[in-house]
Amino acid sequence: MKHRMKLMTAAALGFALAAAPALAQKTYGPGASDTEIKIGNINPYSGPASAYGLIGKTIAAYFKKVNAEGGVNGRKINFISYDDGYSPPKAVEQARKLVESDEVLLIFQSLGTPSNSAIHKYMNAKKVPQLFVATGATKWGDPKNFPWTMGWQPNYQSEARIYAKYLLEKYPNGKIGILYQNDDYGKDYVKGLKDGLGAKAKTMIVSEQPYETSDPTVDSQVINLKASGADVFFNVTTPKFAAQAIRKAAEIGWKPFHLLNNVSNSVGSVLKPAGLENAKDVVSTAYYKDPTDPTWKDDASFKRWEAFMAKYFPEGDKSSSFTVYGMAVAETLVQTLKQCGDNLTRENVMKQAANLKDVQVDMLLPGIKVNTSPTDFFPIEQMQLMRFNGQRWELFGPVLNGGTGS
Amino acid sequence: MKHQSASDVPAAVMPDGLTSKRRRLLLSAAAIAIAVILPFVAKNFLIFQLTLAMVYAIAILGLNLLTGFNGQFSLGHSAFFGIGAYTAAILMDQGGVAYYWTLPAAGIACMISGFLFGLPALRLEGIYLALATFSLAVAMPQLLKSSPLEPWTGGVQGITIIKPDAPFGLPLNPDQWLFLFTLAVLIALFCGAANLINSRTGRAIMAIRDNPIAARSMGIDIALYKSLTFGVSALYTGIAGALGAIVIQFVAPDSFTFVLSIGLFVGLVIGGVGSIAGTLFGGMFVLFVPNIAEAVSKGLAGAVYGVILILVIYLMPSGAAGLVRLIGSKIARRTR
Amino acid sequence: MELFLHQVLAGLATGGIYACMALAIVMIYQAIDSLNFAQGEMAMFSTFIAWQLMQWGLPYWVAFFATIVISFAAGVAIDRIVFRPLRNASLFSHIVVFIALFAILNSLAGFIWDFSIKSFPSPFGTQSLFGSGLMSTHDAGMIFVTLIVLVLLFVFFRYTRVGLAMRATASNPESARLVGIRVGWMVALGWGMAAAIGAVAGMLIAPVVFLEPNMMLSILLYGFAAAVVGGLNSPLGAVVGGFAVGVIENLAGTFIPYVGRELKLTIALTLIVAVLTLKPSGLFGRAIVNRV
Repeated sequence: MKHRMKLMTAAALGFALAAAPALAQKTYGPGASDTEIKIGNINPYSGPASAYGLIGKTIAAYFKKVNAEGGVNGRKINFISYDDGYSPPKAVEQARKLVESDEVLLIFQSLGTPSNSAIHKYMNAKKVPQLFVATGATKWGDPKNFPWTMGWQPNYQSEARIYAKYLLEKYPNGKIGILYQNDDYGKDYVKGLKDGLGAKAKTMIVSEQPYETSDPTVDSQVINLKASGADVFFNVTTPKFAAQAIRKAAEIGWKPFHLLNNVSNSVGSVLKPAGLENAKDVVSTAYYKDPTDPTWKDDASFKRWEAFMAKYFPEGDKSSSFTVYGMAVAETLVQTLKQCGDNLTRENVMKQAANLKDVQVDMLLPGIKVNTSPTDFFPIEQMQLMRFNGQRWELFGPVLNGGTGS
Repeated sequence: MKHQSASDVPAAVMPDGLTSKRRRLLLSAAAIAIAVILPFVAKNFLIFQLTLAMVYAIAILGLNLLTGFNGQFSLGHSAFFGIGAYTAAILMDQGGVAYYWTLPAAGIACMISGFLFGLPALRLEGIYLALATFSLAVAMPQLLKSSPLEPWTGGVQGITIIKPDAPFGLPLNPDQWLFLFTLAVLIALFCGAANLINSRTGRAIMAIRDNPIAARSMGIDIALYKSLTFGVSALYTGIAGALGAIVIQFVAPDSFTFVLSIGLFVGLVIGGVGSIAGTLFGGMFVLFVPNIAEAVSKGLAGAVYGVILILVIYLMPSGAAGLVRLIGSKIARRTR
Repeated sequence: MELFLHQVLAGLATGGIYACMALAIVMIYQAIDSLNFAQGEMAMFSTFIAWQLMQWGLPYWVAFFATIVISFAAGVAIDRIVFRPLRNASLFSHIVVFIALFAILNSLAGFIWDFSIKSFPSPFGTQSLFGSGLMSTHDAGMIFVTLIVLVLLFVFFRYTRVGLAMRATASNPESARLVGIRVGWMVALGWGMAAAIGAVAGMLIAPVVFLEPNMMLSILLYGFAAAVVGGLNSPLGAVVGGFAVGVIENLAGTFIPYVGRELKLTIALTLIVAVLTLKPSGLFGRAIVNRV
């Protein structure tokens, strides 16, 4: 009990205490019992997106910690995670296995827009929570049509709108060149930026260069961007290509004002391989703490993350932000389950997930809190701009609200 | 490399008085009877998996017609699977066409694309053809999401389809109905393939595989038959694609990558090159073995899968069908 | 015009990557008369070995040559252990085993070294060549090494007894055996050499695309394309093919309006199929006549 108390945030404690007496009898949906809560998960442990598998492994390690410390309201979490290799048909098969064969209470953090799109309708028809999905597409926050699906991270479009606002303020005459991954994720960012720039989008954006994940390098695209005369570089790429683009730009002597999407701003796994000096003055946004940033070395939540990694996930990559992400999102779920008290039905899980109020999650930046309501299915909407000084990220400006995506 | 189709097995290897044909009919009838009962006793999830396995079996049969019977390599059948799936999805989503009508449409669309692709492929053989078709598989996801096609394909977002209910108020849930529907399509297509192989055309197709020069001197129009086989093969795989789209209820470019092509090829070899019944085993293999590998070890699932593949190739170098034939002939020898 | 020049040079640099890989493909084709779909993963695994050796403190060139030796041995071992029992199996079975090797190596690398990208050092540095910004010193160095390997291969196949024996083995194993060539060991040697060349390719490519288990996925495909365009039995053709694919792809992506950017891979692949249709044995390949 002592351990658990320490872990609970003040808000959590309040809810747990308030919820406990109100629900004297216990109600269980599928996958929940006096001793256990079954949570399903789908992650690409193999295939082209296998780098993200680290998130699933971190979550598994975090639940091990939760169980070792007594579980959630005395119940152990049974985390069942399957591989879909980033293939939509396989995701459907695994989701059905989790729901119909393993009979989980909910599916948590299924990863990737294609995979989640594939199971979107099924989950809502079956009325099984598809909770805190690991993608920043805007369509996960649509409680009216899809009341059983909820995202977690700030969505791509609102992040892009933050950049647009910043550009309009600082570089109103900038010529923007965009490098983006030719899929839903890349196109969401481009749309967000265009929406944010409004009428000026047409004149400001001078070149849009897509790349495929099957391209060995993005050198050719970066050369085209330089040739277009752009002086603002909007870099919408996944880690490997982000590192390539940063390095290539430096190599060909192109020095634009460089905006890097949040997906790839990990110092350890992107900027370092790209060369720290090449990434100087890059601007990006953040909502959680970078694990390699010395600013946080005495921070209490960073220390908790460090202790968790050392004890439960020693083989995990401590320089990767995926481990931070995994812990933060798992903590959000634990908070939701705590709020459910002894009423562990699928309905109540969704009800509590839509009732997170100013929840403080470890490793989120100071001032950024998780907030949801029955009409707001976007748990995290705040971000802060930051600039890379050649060594580490420096936050600047206030915590910004990207606003709910349309 | 010696090709032998299941129908080539001489009657002499069969035990007792039954001829091979009657035996086969009896076996097939028993198999169908079990298959029809299955959806009423199994869990929905298993029914769904078996439906998918049948879909893959049909696709593999299409590949087998081309590779096993005509000797043309293909690592590009995911492209035809994808064209079939998208044809069905677009027709249902934008045309409001009933799901059962999408199958012939998908088949015809794929037959035409297969025939057209078969024309340049005429000049290629063996590993070159494998690479050309592999290129097709790699290019397909990009084509599907390219801007000119986006109004129809939905681009990277894909298309969601509504699952059909059982007709005539039959007391079946959608999974059971789709299983039976797929089973019916499968039986029809399997019979069609068997008839084709045993016909004059089928013999011409196989003659081209065994000895193209001799076939030409017998007056077989090689170019025509080869591209026709390509078309028919694509037709089968396209119908499988359409069924797959209906069963999964979703199509997206990422569903039809070259990984699917490789899966179909593995299914073909494991089931038995040149065997119609073997494709069923191939379909099962494609669907279930990755799950088994994952259950053995999550971190090393790929390695486990690879080791299983190698072991299977060691144990049955001519596929499941070859193994069955081998056991059959052993029993026959002993009982004689 | 400046853009055109830039794209051509960048295409040559990327083409160097493809050419490197294509050489390894030609090598294995000489030995086993087939393509190895696990070739890219073998190269990736070798590169990880080099990376690991350097992490343990070995200097670059020691790790470089040690990796070549290890890869050669591993290539021979794969042939003797995995493929020897399958010598008489069909081409289909071989391809499935290639696919199996692919899965095993990819999964194993991810398991041991995880999937996040790692930077791999370049012996040539990554400054801009002559300060022009057109090509980096590493790109130039990579092209240079590729050409050296090409010359070595040419000499090996043309002027050494072993090289001739290997060619004989690939084109007609029966006759080769009759004239006293130990066919089994020729094949094993071919595997070893292909693995070694693959290791060189991997170590040269990794500084550009970063080291991770999936790094060779698409490069292998481009390597195939390059080797096929040039002719699978011609090392020179493979290198020319590699550069051609790199340049064509860049130019298509830059100068074909509207669809060019999105479909540059498709355009490159279409060109390859076109080349194959017009000249099935590749631009530099010898046509092989089948006798009945």
